[in-house]
Amino acid sequence: MAEKMLTPDDFAKLSKEEKKTETVVRESISAWKDAWLRLKTNKMAMVSLAILVVIIIMAIIGPWISELMGQDYSTNHLKEKNTSPNGTYWFGTDNLGRDMFARTWMGTGISLQVGFYAALADLVIGVIMGGIMGYFGGRVDEILNRFCEVLYSIPSMLIIILLIVIMEPSMFTIVLALSITGWINMAWLVRGQIMQLKNQEYVMAAQALGASTPRILFRHLIPNAMGPIIVTLTLTVPSAIFAEAFLSFLGLGVQSPSASLGTMINDAIKAWTLYPWRMWFPAAIISLMMLCFNIFGDGLRDALDPKMKK
Amino acid sequence: MKKKTVFSYVTLLLVLTLVLAGCGNQNNNPANPNNSGNDGGSEGQEEARAFRLNLHSEPPSLDPALMEDNVSGTIATGIYEGLTRKDESGNTVEGMAESWEISEDGKTYTFKIRSDAKWSNGDPVTANDFEFAWKRALDPAIGSTYAYQFYYIAGAQDYNEGKTTNADAVGVKALDAQTLEVKLNSPTPYFLGLTSFYTYNPVHQSAKENAGWAADAATIIGNGPFKMGEWQHNTSIKLVPNENYYAKDQVKFTSVDFTMIADSATELANYETDQLDYTGKPTGEIPAEQIPVLAESKKDEFHQVGTASSYYYMFNMEKAPFNNVKVRKALAMAIDRQSIVEDITQAGELPAFGFVPPGIVGVKGDYRDEVKDDFFKEDVEEAKKLLAEGLEELGLSSFPEVKLTYNTNDSHKAIADAIVDMWKTNLGITVGTGNEEWAVFLENRTAMNYEIQRAGWGADYNDPMTYMDMFVTKGGQNNTGFASAEYDALIQKAYASSDQQERIDAMKEAEKILMDQLPILPIYYYSSVYMLKPGFENIYLDYKGDIEYTRGYYVAK
Amino acid sequence: MLKYVSKKFLSMLASLFVLASATFFLMKLIPGDPFLREKAIPEKIKESLYAMYGLDQPIWKQYLMYLNNLLHGDLGMSMKQQYMSVTRIIKDSFVYSAQIGVLAIIVSVAAGLILGIIAALNHRKLLDSLTIVVAVLGVSIPNFLAASALQYVFGLKLRLLDVSGLNDWTDYIMPVLALSFLPAAFIARLTRSTMLEVLSADYIKTARSKGLSGRIILVRHALRNAILPVVTYIGPMTANIITGSVVVEQIFGIGGIGKFFVQSITNRDYTLIMGLTLFYGIILMVARFLTDVAYGFVDPRIKLSRGKGAK
Repeated sequence: MAEKMLTPDDFAKLSKEEKKTETVVRESISAWKDAWLRLKTNKMAMVSLAILVVIIIMAIIGPWISELMGQDYSTNHLKEKNTSPNGTYWFGTDNLGRDMFARTWMGTGISLQVGFYAALADLVIGVIMGGIMGYFGGRVDEILNRFCEVLYSIPSMLIIILLIVIMEPSMFTIVLALSITGWINMAWLVRGQIMQLKNQEYVMAAQALGASTPRILFRHLIPNAMGPIIVTLTLTVPSAIFAEAFLSFLGLGVQSPSASLGTMINDAIKAWTLYPWRMWFPAAIISLMMLCFNIFGDGLRDALDPKMKK
Repeated sequence: MKKKTVFSYVTLLLVLTLVLAGCGNQNNNPANPNNSGNDGGSEGQEEARAFRLNLHSEPPSLDPALMEDNVSGTIATGIYEGLTRKDESGNTVEGMAESWEISEDGKTYTFKIRSDAKWSNGDPVTANDFEFAWKRALDPAIGSTYAYQFYYIAGAQDYNEGKTTNADAVGVKALDAQTLEVKLNSPTPYFLGLTSFYTYNPVHQSAKENAGWAADAATIIGNGPFKMGEWQHNTSIKLVPNENYYAKDQVKFTSVDFTMIADSATELANYETDQLDYTGKPTGEIPAEQIPVLAESKKDEFHQVGTASSYYYMFNMEKAPFNNVKVRKALAMAIDRQSIVEDITQAGELPAFGFVPPGIVGVKGDYRDEVKDDFFKEDVEEAKKLLAEGLEELGLSSFPEVKLTYNTNDSHKAIADAIVDMWKTNLGITVGTGNEEWAVFLENRTAMNYEIQRAGWGADYNDPMTYMDMFVTKGGQNNTGFASAEYDALIQKAYASSDQQERIDAMKEAEKILMDQLPILPIYYYSSVYMLKPGFENIYLDYKGDIEYTRGYYVAK
Repeated sequence: MLKYVSKKFLSMLASLFVLASATFFLMKLIPGDPFLREKAIPEKIKESLYAMYGLDQPIWKQYLMYLNNLLHGDLGMSMKQQYMSVTRIIKDSFVYSAQIGVLAIIVSVAAGLILGIIAALNHRKLLDSLTIVVAVLGVSIPNFLAASALQYVFGLKLRLLDVSGLNDWTDYIMPVLALSFLPAAFIARLTRSTMLEVLSADYIKTARSKGLSGRIILVRHALRNAILPVVTYIGPMTANIITGSVVVEQIFGIGGIGKFFVQSITNRDYTLIMGLTLFYGIILMVARFLTDVAYGFVDPRIKLSRGKGAK
């Protein structure tokens, strides 16, 4: 084969699209697509996702269904209190004869929101703070770390009581109260992971290629710490749901007669041996939600992690 | 019932799985050896044994001057004795004082201290110990929150408030070792009963050297039927018979053992597994929802007695719409009290249509029997009419947004939810509810930063006055904005009089005004529920629900 | 190393000072005081009580007084429990909480690691799914539920254990278990997750191909690299567990320190609030310090005293 001389005509300017393929980082859209394709083959994860979707839908339409059945979450039926599940009251009634079906789904909606926002705060504040502490180390780490320790040690009850005094109870106040210190565990965990990961060869390579700090942090380090982050999130959600019940105890949580799954379990615990359904339904929903969330989280993580390819 | 069992078993199974997964331990140790079962002792034989009960918290203090709660008071019943004490039927009988004389004008009391009265360390109890104790409690430097219990005594309030530093101006004086003279401001018919109250207990002179004498088993000196045996702070207290007590042969229990369990379910579990002989009020609690079940299943052990306390809501009369009496009345008339005590509280409480609870002494018998609480009635139709009229008078087109607040507590929550629902159904008005942390709640009360607030009041002494003087204009406990010159005059009249009929009549009139104006919405009169193991005798609750156990005994069945 | 430790110690003192100050002012900012009662204490008596405890002084003065006492090692007297010093309350009650706490830490770390490793080694097999279920229930069942369920089953129904109290060793079983569920479950999940990543990493594959036995790989390489998040978690977990759990202590009738964290605030027992906060702060900071030191052992590449590692 004869050699061919190259002329400038042989070169064409790269289009924007083509340029992108030259960057060090993998195309993220295709990665997500890829992950989704792999996730779809994971039956457990898909079943979990389906159950989660059903729970979310029920949280939205459940109260509406019970209204069609002539029930609502707040009307008392004192003469029918503590009725076990039957045709009228599908989930039974509570100590004031209120329909547990309506209450459970309303509570699910509230608790889902609480869990979601708490996880979001955890993810945003915790991961960024942890990333900064872990990556920069030295004085930055020392100061931020001490800040976290002080914040973590201040009795949260004091902060919550102060919030009660200056704000009206609402979803925002609840989330605020839970978020003030909720992210710290996540931050420490991410910090530890980053401290370990930042010495890896690919980070040095990225640094040598002149990648910016945020890019190294968000494109290289944090994705590699995703496993522990997802696991921590799955702890944040149930803790937030029960922490909300503690806020109610102080007068900041969901205001009666509204209910959350956490406050319903709190109410039911006193008499759970007598009227187990009052605890059983909310507890089962929390557990089911968490189980599905975990399995789905695992599946998602496996799907996102290229090393897990089989 | 079947369904319930299935549910509990599924729950159990779930937990069991967890336990087995978490730890492979074999927990096959035999049933608890500490179990002092009912073995031994023949039929109907009195038997020496311990009495075991629970305190829901550590007593904050056992110094008579500093005590202010019924947990401390329960221990005090065992280790101290005042000039008088209460017998089984609630009568005031001789205690440290073997006799007393009351002057003609009812203002001077002379007590004779019994000569065989001794402290637990063997020292004699003298009149000086009482004078010392009472003046000590009044000394502002001691910081006694209950010092006002002495304000009936001449000069006491001035000394306590620092208007004079001369303790001699206080009208209590030991004439000699055996004679104590007390001078009062005005004739106070219930004063004698007060001398059995724990703040009036004597204090051993050793308190002079050691301010913290009452905080430890080693240094605490009492004069009661029992003495401190062991005190593991926040865990347990053991009282043992005081061999120096003048009536030591009346004391039968080998010890009185208090556990400190705050959780009512745990307390009940301890009772059911025979670790406690007594459970429930006043120093413990039976979980409210268990009460109807236990009342059925443990009929012989279950007891229910009225307690001279009232449960009510306060209206903030300085805020619309509760500045209108018709609105207040409408709300008071539109709830179903019977349903609240039957379906929610379930401990045998009585619906309240007045303020003074049963159990308080009137002229001869019970005040509540002599003065019926038929001041108003539940009537939904009338309530609707009153509400409409009231709102019109206020120029309101609809019921404004108001909130009912209560301190965090399951029972308060259930009652509030139920009442709000009754108002909604009966009057078509929406009232919000919200719980508040205890201190925030109380701060809001004193600042009158509320619309409707839950409240409760228990008697300090056995006289309607302990309730009625709360609502005098600008009174320390009157956080409703209620002000009535007529009411104040009636209370003053009752204060000044030594004639019981006249006093009761005045207070009856005052209560009528109160229930006419309704700054408060009465809900129920409290009762106490407790369970006592069969065989225990002579253990009872007094009119205000405090437990008396010092002369209790056990008969094997 | 000595320089590192002393530097850490100084910064810890500074943090404690910040913690004390922040808590002090926060505590004074919230409504209420130690002398609030449903039966309101007469105004005059209240005034003399304020004077006794120095609460009549301006806040900055109270703050300076508190700091002064603190410098002399005096945490003051409780304002609720008469004539009990804060130091004594902490000392007496911490004994119980620490005993149960240390046992719970051991149980949860051991159970968590074992379950996590089993799950990781059986990825996507039955054992893995089982541990997920158990672990997820562990984190979604709050400890008050676990505690009352244990008490009901073993104490009340089976009568195998005392329902409450701490009189002999069997009494420790239920509170320790109740405290261990959540951390054990969480540690299991963390271990499984990181183990899975490590097990698929190249160096493990290399080690395998070099013919190293499974157990050596597991312990020397995989676990060591996977344990870091667990170590991180153990720090604050230790502080939280040994300072007791209000709920578990209440359900099992244990006179531990846990309840004071809530009670002191409910009572507005100022001196006790401060004492407990500082006590907790010290434990947390020491635990966090030890965590950092442990990092160095787990992964020698982590250098503590240096900033911005890789550059």
